Amino acid sequence: MALLGNPAVMICAFFAVVLALLALAVPMLPLPDPTGQSVIFRLKPPSPEHLLGTDRLGRDILSRVLWGARLALLVGVGVVAFSGLLGTLLGVVAGYFRSWPSVLILRLTDIFLAFPPLILAMVTVTVLGNNLLTVVLAISVGIVPRFVRLTRGTILSIRERDYVEAARAIGASAPRIIWSHVLLNAVDPLIVLCTLLIPTAILTEALLSFLGLGITEPTPTWGNMINSGQIVLREAPWLTFFPGAAIVLTVLAFNLLGDFIRDSLDPSVREAGPAGVQLPVERPSTGQSIRISWHALRAEGLRPSTPRSSRRQGC
Amino acid sequence: MRRIGARLLQLIPTTVGALLLVFFLMRVLPGDPAAAMLGTNATPQAVADLRSQLGLDKPLLDQFLDYASGLMRLDLGRSLALRTPVTTLLAQSVVPTLLLTFGGTLVSVLVGVPLGVLAALKRRTWLDYLASVGALLGISIPVFVWGVLLLLAFALQWPVLPSAGAGDTPINVGRSLILPSIATGFFQVGLVARITRSSLLSVLANDYVRTARAKGLAPPAVIGRHALRNALIPVLTVIGLNAGTLLGGAVVAETVFTRPGLGRLILDAINARDYPVIQGVMIVSVVLVVLLNLVTDLLYTAADPRVRA
Repeated sequence: MALLGNPAVMICAFFAVVLALLALAVPMLPLPDPTGQSVIFRLKPPSPEHLLGTDRLGRDILSRVLWGARLALLVGVGVVAFSGLLGTLLGVVAGYFRSWPSVLILRLTDIFLAFPPLILAMVTVTVLGNNLLTVVLAISVGIVPRFVRLTRGTILSIRERDYVEAARAIGASAPRIIWSHVLLNAVDPLIVLCTLLIPTAILTEALLSFLGLGITEPTPTWGNMINSGQIVLREAPWLTFFPGAAIVLTVLAFNLLGDFIRDSLDPSVREAGPAGVQLPVERPSTGQSIRISWHALRAEGLRPSTPRSSRRQGC
Repeated sequence: MRRIGARLLQLIPTTVGALLLVFFLMRVLPGDPAAAMLGTNATPQAVADLRSQLGLDKPLLDQFLDYASGLMRLDLGRSLALRTPVTTLLAQSVVPTLLLTFGGTLVSVLVGVPLGVLAALKRRTWLDYLASVGALLGISIPVFVWGVLLLLAFALQWPVLPSAGAGDTPINVGRSLILPSIATGFFQVGLVARITRSSLLSVLANDYVRTARAKGLAPPAVIGRHALRNALIPVLTVIGLNAGTLLGGAVVAETVFTRPGLGRLILDAINARDYPVIQGVMIVSVVLVVLLNLVTDLLYTAADPRVRA
């Protein structure tokens, strides 16, 4: 119940829950149609009739921000669910089995990590077309490798533990060992990564929509609302301000919640405290081992190298 | 030199793999580039002609051989929209993007490092919490929101800095870099500040820092000469690891501030379905990320003698 003793996290959790409920209930709320245009109500500032004002086509900003929240959360959860499942599966294969599939998965991971994630998402969405599913796929392309690396790193350290050896010795099958002994013990860091990647996915979707490559008008997304508001920035700043604030508050809330969950679940961070310890980690591009703090690891979604690889690198 | 050679050799498989991926991404994924480029009203004959012009009617192996030999000769074809060699367009765009990436990095270091040092030195005080909140807020505000806010403040409200273009004289180039660099860099400030703080706290607990204090060295000298030099090594590493994100940030900032560069080039190419240019920008961005990682590796090796040992 550490949550109750942390007001900032309480506020963030409350915000995230309210946002999720509003996003779910938005079709039932007494709000104007987010795509309904009105010439009379063009560029109206916030007022009792339109609490957050209207845009260039007279559409209600509050309604569009809430419908945008629905889409942002759908993309955030969709990307993390898809990337988490695929990345964990590939990470398990790469970490548990030491044969050619492991090498192949690792090389592919390195290759995908060599691309700037935004450019990869931009090109993927261009090739596949822009709808909700393709946007989720396009963002996932850059996120799956992070799950693969995390799962592999965790599993490499778990697979050498005594209880896994014991399970192997009594003849348990590989799938059973992976499911009952390895994967269940690797769940905590995966939950942390999921929480930290939801805001990343929301931000990337907003960026794609802002650039006109994600979900386009008239469907409201926070990114395309800012894009269209930019044209009348001086005359009607509320067009840009409210979707911008929605992005910042949502990402901030999920980042804080992610930090809190990490601190609660990860004993090494709890014990190391803010000062942190320097841990070895492999550079994706070269495989060279470097020493880096826990905060940096968290920021990159990386895990420390296993003792085996550390010995090989002479750390 | 042997170390640099060994690092370059290590990068070859990743780079070759990434170049292969670019090839397959542009050809194997569903959707016909020629049909997409010409739109829904194109005649089958026009689509077939364009497919032939792009070499898409050849067997995949022949297309790959053309692609590989083009890469060897630095010939990436011609832009379909501008009729200019892709390499010329890339050469014109790389410098402004690299300048912006460098400017963004500089801002993140100039703001993030002092913020992190302050937070570490005033640990568990209101200054530390303020720096932590500022850092978290920094990583929660996307580049384009920073960009729009900066445009509103410094280009529209108080027009003291240019809001578009890359400048023609060295002074104007510098002036036009300020706002986009802040927008790109502020997103990284939080990360740099957090790593500086945690890294400096780790270093301050070491024996050699205690020794420096015990021999009567002034606190600024202990921090500046002994602690910070070692504490900044992880910061350097993380900036290098984040090269891809920084490049992505530069792409977005170029759009917000209407600057020339790889971002504008790829966005215009995407809108015109100009596949040779899209392919060229992807190749250059991969090479840039790999090279920036290499430079970070080398700087890291130079800064930390333990790695050389």
